[in-house]
Amino acid sequence: MSADDADVVSDPDIRQTPAVKATGERTDTLLQTDGLVKQFGGFTAADSVDFAVEEGELRCLIGPNGAGKSTLLKLITGKHAPTEGSIYYDGTDITDFEPQDRVKRGISMKFQVPSVYNDLSVRENVRLPVQRFATGEERARRIHEAIVAAGLEGYEDVPASSLSHGQQQQLEIGMAAALDPDLLLLDEPVAGLSVEERQGIADRITRLNEEAGIAFVVIEHDTDFVAGIADEVTVLHQGDVFREGPIEEIESDPAVQKIYLGGEGE
Amino acid sequence: MANWLNLAFQFLDSFAFIVLAAAGLAIIFGIMGVINLAHGEFILVGAYATTLAVKAVGLPLPAAMLAGAVVTAGFGLVVERTIISGAGPNWVWERLEPRLSAALPDQAAAVLPSGPLIEPLYDRLADSMVATFGLSLIMVQGARIVFGNSIDQVATPFGEVAYGAFSYSAYRLVLAGVSVALLGLVYYVFTYTDYGMRARAVIQDDRTARALGVNTERTYAATFALGSGLAGLTGALFAPVISMQPTLGSQFLVEAFVAVVVGGASVVLGTALSAAGLGAIESVFSNQYGTFFGRIALLLTAILALRFLPGGITGYIERVRKRRRRES
Repeated sequence: MSADDADVVSDPDIRQTPAVKATGERTDTLLQTDGLVKQFGGFTAADSVDFAVEEGELRCLIGPNGAGKSTLLKLITGKHAPTEGSIYYDGTDITDFEPQDRVKRGISMKFQVPSVYNDLSVRENVRLPVQRFATGEERARRIHEAIVAAGLEGYEDVPASSLSHGQQQQLEIGMAAALDPDLLLLDEPVAGLSVEERQGIADRITRLNEEAGIAFVVIEHDTDFVAGIADEVTVLHQGDVFREGPIEEIESDPAVQKIYLGGEGE
Repeated sequence: MANWLNLAFQFLDSFAFIVLAAAGLAIIFGIMGVINLAHGEFILVGAYATTLAVKAVGLPLPAAMLAGAVVTAGFGLVVERTIISGAGPNWVWERLEPRLSAALPDQAAAVLPSGPLIEPLYDRLADSMVATFGLSLIMVQGARIVFGNSIDQVATPFGEVAYGAFSYSAYRLVLAGVSVALLGLVYYVFTYTDYGMRARAVIQDDRTARALGVNTERTYAATFALGSGLAGLTGALFAPVISMQPTLGSQFLVEAFVAVVVGGASVVLGTALSAAGLGAIESVFSNQYGTFFGRIALLLTAILALRFLPGGITGYIERVRKRRRRES
């Protein structure tokens, strides 16, 4: 635990996760949402969501369109403010934290649409997240590592606009990983990609998870892709957690099959 | 030969004037999407601060010019935090509102705004024009009330250089050099520094920049301060050669806006190309038909540019680049 974290935990004004409170010790829970609600006018996109991610876990988030998957990720990153409920990260209540402060704590996100900077080169795209915390040789090393993690060696000086859609997805994962996060949130990272490109992204995700110990939450519709990478799967339906478990159990669950076909579940 | 020299001098003079008039405005517009109609008055702040630093404080002219730019950058930061981003008033209101609500009867408390008082003016072109136009009126009248209708000007340094029957102000030649150096400096800042990287990222997509840990508010504040500082530097550099009146900023506005419109979104390339093109047009027409027709030619060029190059020169270049990329 860093000195900053020690200050945060000892600060009585900062709420801590129930698990930490009950035992007085830290658990392995990296992220926990507690009764998270998000309403847009009369529409409830997140309906009292209790969702947890353990350290180093690779969890996929599935569910039919409109289930609230992207909303949940945007609540976690701070893009949306919740109507009710709390978000705890590494023992700290981050519900009111600004997006950039969540990034500093170790939460990183890749958006659904590739959000690379078209006018910047691959190296400059990766430099942007790195330059906040690294200088000199360390910066150069981290930029190189992120380019390797993205699988874009040899493309360093190419403008991002010249990359293929798949390479842009790879670059964005490299940019998100360059932030040195503990938790990486990916919103449909293989949408619109070829089979080969999907496999490339899957390899990069599993390598970052296993070698760098980064926990992942991945939104994805393709169950074959999910089965290839995920430890655990969470199914969202109508803004709330519907099922959680290994992909084999989830895939064979009739209630899950039913909601994908447009039913009410149970 | 002498007329060619005359023409070259006029071109350099126009180029320097346009670059220096437009640089600060282009940065603030290009990066923040804010049209600063008080740009001329930021130049006024730099000019007055420089003049007063020489006359009242006794600083040597170069130090006074630096002080003029720094004072204007500081002033710009205050304007950004209060008017453009609204962060200052919102901070005060956030603390005042609960106390007012508690002190007032329920019915009165219910009409108090519960959220932020001011929404940031970033990328709100029309709103930013109204707000900064109001600011410019306040600044001109404020300067008139505090300093009167004019203040004493500082002397023009360096004297003159002569060629045959013609003589030129050496200081104006120095200004041409400074304008080129300034373009180089702005290019360096936006291409190689950490701040420049952040600013270029924020221009393209501030949501992603935030997701990558960039404090976009701080980047916007720094950008406004930098743009203001450059406007202040323009005022400082022209303080020895223009009349020190509260309305002096209006002399720069036409060239500044025409250059930004013609140049397009790219700060350095747009400003450099439009200053070169407009400088050439203005100097040729001024040289042949007088200053009045020089300005008419400048404005006609702006109208034609708006009609045929709505994205400016750099917008056109970008379109051509994209087409070539698609074809390849």
